Amino acid sequence: MAARTIPIHPAPSSAFEYLTTKKDELVGWARKFSIFPYPFVTACCAMEFMSVSSTPYDTDRFGAALPRFSPRQSDLLMVVGTLTHKQAPVLRKVYEQMCEPKWVMAFGACATSGGFYQNYAAVAGIDKIIPVDIYVPGCPPRPETVIDAIMKLQDRIAHSHHPIINKNF
Amino acid sequence: MTSRLDNVQQQLGLQVSGASRSHGSLVLELARADLLPVVQRLKTEFAFDLLLDVTAVDWPLKTPRFEVVYHLYSTQHRDRVRIKTAVELADPAVESLVSLYGSAHFMERECHDMYGIVFRGNPDLRPILLYEGFVGHPLRKDYGKHDEQPLVPYRI
Repeated sequence: MAARTIPIHPAPSSAFEYLTTKKDELVGWARKFSIFPYPFVTACCAMEFMSVSSTPYDTDRFGAALPRFSPRQSDLLMVVGTLTHKQAPVLRKVYEQMCEPKWVMAFGACATSGGFYQNYAAVAGIDKIIPVDIYVPGCPPRPETVIDAIMKLQDRIAHSHHPIINKNF
Repeated sequence: MTSRLDNVQQQLGLQVSGASRSHGSLVLELARADLLPVVQRLKTEFAFDLLLDVTAVDWPLKTPRFEVVYHLYSTQHRDRVRIKTAVELADPAVESLVSLYGSAHFMERECHDMYGIVFRGNPDLRPILLYEGFVGHPLRKDYGKHDEQPLVPYRI
């Protein structure tokens, strides 16, 4: 899907005078470039998460680099690694503490489906506990895969409805 | 020339119901009642000062069904001894080694979690890797491969 741009109508003198857009489009455009992630990092995928956050791949290009270690300040819950049954209540509490709008990324095979853990200890996919917006396959995922997921999520944010302030706006 | 481990085996003599060698370490099979005295001797007389591991093996077709396995190491002589004690399913209990080795506390808790071995004398056998309310012992062979005990109700 082609990215939409905000139409800017320059005045004849080329001075910036006004722009027209839709509220959802404007808010979506702003929000998609300020995804503050909360890294819920439980396992070896953490290495790949560090790799994708640091200079060579640099998720800061998408406004998704600065990790917030408080759920209340974050928008994107990145569940990086295996989730055990013992941790499941913690994950749900973190998710419930996040303010709207919030999105969830299942990072790697374990968070997506349990991966090769099919036993008493592991939850077979975090979507059994909390709703998930985007799944990243791989064990661990390549950085390109993660960047692709972030871009797809940005696309979704840009094109969704953003109810803000009150019901009239 | 007899090695140190031969000497250990010889001196323990009748307290041991079976002895062999495996990968350079001495393997001792002990009756349940002999466990604590023999480990006491190994620690004080033969300088096995480090308890490396406490675990168990479940042999579903054997009686007695469980083998509790201890690994000891001597930091002075750099050699190892492995101790096996067989226990029944009906009474899966052995004496705890916490009076001799502090590291036994957590390792015995883990073994209790996974195999349900009761360590008499361990003051705190609460779950360490599992959670409160978990029923059964997941590393026993009769624990179902897909038996899950979720703490959070599933959405789907």
